[in-house]
Parts: sequence; structure tokens; C-alpha cells
Amino acid sequence: MTDQSHLFIQSNAISTDQKKSKRTFHWGRLPDNTTGWLLSLPLAFVLFFFLVLPIAMIVVVSFWGATEFSIYPAFQFENYEFLLTSPVTYQVFWNTIKYALVTWVLTLGIGFTVAYFLAFHVRSLTWQVVLFLLCTIPFWTSNIIRMISWIPFLGRNGIANSTLISMGVIDEPLEWLLFSDFSVILAFVHLYTLFMVVPIFNTMMRIDKSLIEAASDNGASGFQTLTNVIIPLTKPGIMIGSIFVITLVMGDFITVRFMSGSQKANVGRLISNDISLLQYPSAAATAVILLITVLLVISVLLRFVDIRKEL
Amino acid sequence: MEKRSRSFYALAAFFGLFLVFLYGPTLTIGMLSFQGSQGGLTFPMRGVSLHWFRDLFEQQAVGDIWGSFFRSLTLGLMVMVTTVIVSVMGGLAFRKRFAGSGVIFYLIITSLVIPSILVSLGVGLIFSQAGLSVHWSTSGYGSQLTWTLPFGLLIMFAVFNRFDKSYEEAARDQGANSWQTIRYVVLPIIAPMLIGVALFGFTLSYDEFARTLLTAGSYNTLPLEIYGMTTNVTTPVIFALGTLTTLFSFVVIGVFLSIVLVMNKRRSRHGSDAGKGMV
Repeated sequence: MTDQSHLFIQSNAISTDQKKSKRTFHWGRLPDNTTGWLLSLPLAFVLFFFLVLPIAMIVVVSFWGATEFSIYPAFQFENYEFLLTSPVTYQVFWNTIKYALVTWVLTLGIGFTVAYFLAFHVRSLTWQVVLFLLCTIPFWTSNIIRMISWIPFLGRNGIANSTLISMGVIDEPLEWLLFSDFSVILAFVHLYTLFMVVPIFNTMMRIDKSLIEAASDNGASGFQTLTNVIIPLTKPGIMIGSIFVITLVMGDFITVRFMSGSQKANVGRLISNDISLLQYPSAAATAVILLITVLLVISVLLRFVDIRKEL
Repeated sequence: MEKRSRSFYALAAFFGLFLVFLYGPTLTIGMLSFQGSQGGLTFPMRGVSLHWFRDLFEQQAVGDIWGSFFRSLTLGLMVMVTTVIVSVMGGLAFRKRFAGSGVIFYLIITSLVIPSILVSLGVGLIFSQAGLSVHWSTSGYGSQLTWTLPFGLLIMFAVFNRFDKSYEEAARDQGANSWQTIRYVVLPIIAPMLIGVALFGFTLSYDEFARTLLTAGSYNTLPLEIYGMTTNVTTPVIFALGTLTTLFSFVVIGVFLSIVLVMNKRRSRHGSDAGKGMV
């Protein structure tokens, strides 16, 4: 994915070249546009009907009204008014941001270390590929099963508690292991660290190894090389990974519901609760606010890196 | 070869722990799914049996698991084929900048970062307001594409970025038309990457939950069925199901990766026929 903007730069360069050389020849641009449109037609079709239209629909419905059983078209700000004046909303948004921040810090720390090990300490390409695949395989398996698989570990009589008791660390089983903020964040880290590992590893593999040699020739210690050479050059990968993790955590509802045993809430759960009560307009209003928040966070992240140039 | 530094061993240990963290829970439920018929959701094992697997095959016991499995399988294949075709076309389109390509690019990124529940909610609302009934093969299928297509496209963008255009020029010089160039030159060269796109398309669809939640209709896909089970099943039968579907995923991943491996091996064995008098 990281090559996307090169593509743009490249094609940009090509098309400006073409424009210069074929300034008098006006046909030149038309076929490009036509083939481009024809080839991206199915893509545009899917994106329009299953992304643009649904978002538009959510925005429209967020102004509608609802009775207990049905929703009716209207243009009222009641849903937003209710949402923005309720203290629950702010608490839930704060909770969502808290989950995102803590998960981000943990996945970044773990993901960076893992990618750093793979890229700079594993020497043969075969091993790099094998170990990298080991890190990515869980991505292609079911998230729900991976959440369920924490139950035997974290439960009151689970492996963690019984091990700690038999080691004499604790006398009573810890209650906060399962169905708590702890288990929610643990599951997030478990599910999403590979979204950090993959882009960071990808950028690290493209760092010219002679730069590292140059750093050590100039007397930099391993740690100085890391902070002065590797981390700055890995920034694009870190940003992409961060965008993935933060948006996944902010938009989640199922992990929070399952791992907290319905005891904790985030914005996604607010939406899904409204949906289960058939309060679609209220769900839509919350969804609009969530979408705006997510897009704001991403635009802030994009400020740190020019994604089209750096990707 | 220079000696391994101390930090290597520290990092290797960290990596090992990470793998344990990644796979440990899955292996645990793998073990616990062989729990004896009196056993519970955690250790100790009360005997070893296939009791819970047998439960899965008795249909009434735990809902419509096999029906939902076949629906997920069918949907996964549909999404896979569509993702490959649309991504290749999109990849080809984006090799040149065209009017509107910027908009589509940002829509792809939006599709990737938008909270899944919004797609689910929006598509569900559209279908209900249009008086259509949601079904996994229509609304569910479209919603899942908004998740698989960005991955497929980003892979294709990366592929075409590295693609050596002189192969195409050579084909054209020898008189191939543009369809022939794509069919006999471009597609064979990118074939291994297409298998990768197919892997993403199938597995992401097969495991997708949030985007199908409100768009699958009255017939559940497997992840929806499993989620339903978590609220009312309190026996290791859910571990048995988890183990089976994870094994299935591993088999699928294994098959796809082996195909790529075989393709690459074959390619390097046959190599180029340049200068061998082939016409």
C-alpha cells in the first residue's frame, strides 16, 4: 500500500510531460480519461452505492424523528440536541478516546520493536519472510474467535488467576482480568498490533542499509542510530499504522461489548444500542459525530506526514 | 559473520513472547475443545473427548452452523472473485491519472478508515427505506466489498508501481494489441500478487462481522452465528467451533501461500527463454 503516492507522483510527472510535449494535440488526454473511467467504473459503482450513499443516508436520517416502532422523515435537530447535551455522550467519547490512546501507545511500542527485530536483526530474507508471515497470519482468521479465546485465560478460575495463585503472588483471584478496561485493551492490542507491524516493517525494509553503516562509521551507538536514523525514516510507516489502529479502535463496538461483558461503553456501542432499540435517527446522529471525530483525528495525523509524498 | 549482539537476544526473546501472545490463546481453545463431556470453559481438562465436536454435527443442538458456514463460504468466494477483478481493473486505471482519480483515491481511503458499523447502518437504512429486504448475497456482499476492495487496490497500486513497463512495450512492439498485452504479458507477471489479493478478499469476507451485522438479513453468516452463540452457549462447544473455523482459515491461508510459492518456484525454474531459439 505504501507505494500509492509514488504512483501519483509518477503519473503526475508523466501527464505533465505529456501535456508539455503534446500541447497542440488535444486528443491525447481524452483516451486516458476514457480508459481510466471505464476501468474504474465497477470500483466507482461499489464505492458510490455502498459507501457514499450510505454516508449520505446516515446524514439525512440523523435529522429524522422516531417513534417506538418506526422512523419518519423530518428536519429536526432533536437528535443532535439530545446527544450534545447529555453528559453520557461526553463520558462515552472520552472513554473511546482513552481506549484509542492507550491501545495506540501499546501497539506502537510492541509493533515497532517487533518490526525493528525483523528488519534489522533477522539476517536472512527467508527467515524474515517466514517470521513476518507468522505475525500476519492471525489477521486472516476470525476476530471473534480470537476474542473468545481469551476467556479461559482471564476468567475468575482462568489460567492467569490459577497460575498467580499457585505461584503465591495473590491469594484471591483477580476480578479485573476479565470484563474490564484491562481485558478490552488487551484484546485491542492482541487484534490490532499487526496493523502496526506490517507498515512499519515495510518502511524499515526500504531504509538503505548503508545509512546505518554510515551512522556507525561516524561513531553512533546502536541507540543513537535508532533515534537519529531509523525512527525518523520509519515515520511514514508509523503514521499509517497509527491511522489503522486509531480508526479501528474508535469505530469498534464488538470488542468493547464482548470483552467488557457489556459493562463498558464506547461510541460504537452507543450506536449499536440505539440500533437494537430501533432508534435509527439517534444512532445516525451519533454515527455522524463519530465519523467527524475520526476524520478530524486522521487529518491531525496527516499533518505530521505528507502521505502522498511519503507513502 | 559478525557476532550477535546482546540486543539481538533481548529482541528475539521479545519477539518470541509476542508470538506466544499472538497464538497462545488460540492454542488454548484448541486444547480445551477436546474437553471431556463434563468439562467447562477453562482448565482443568476433565478427560479428553471429541464430545463437543460431535455436538457441532448434531444440527439442532447449536443452531444452524453448517448453513451459516456454507453461506459464509459462498459469500467469501463471491467477494474474492469480485475483489480480484475490480482491484486489477482499478490498478490498471490508476496507472494514469484521470479526471476524478483523486476523488476515487480518497474514497478508497475513506472506505478503509470509516467505522464498519456506519457502513452496516447506512446500507441497512437504504435497503429498508427503499423497501428492499437485506440479504447476505446483496446488501451483505456490497458492504463487505467496501472492506476488501481497499486492501486489494492498495496491493495492486504497489504492484503496478514496481511493474516494469518495458515488458508491455516489448509486447506492443511485437504487434500485440492492448488486450493481448494485458492477457498474455501483464496478468501472468502479476499472477502471484493476484493470489495475495484473493487471499485478502476471501478471508476478510469470511471473518467479517460488523459490516454484515445489519446487512445479512435473516440468514446469518458464520461470524454472526458465532457471535450469537457467545451470548447463550456456555459450553466448550463454542471452542470446538472456534477451533474448526480457525483450522479452516489456516488451510485456506496455507493453500493460497503454497500456490504463490509454487508459482514463484516454477517461474524461477523455467526462467527466460531468451536466446534459446524459441519463437
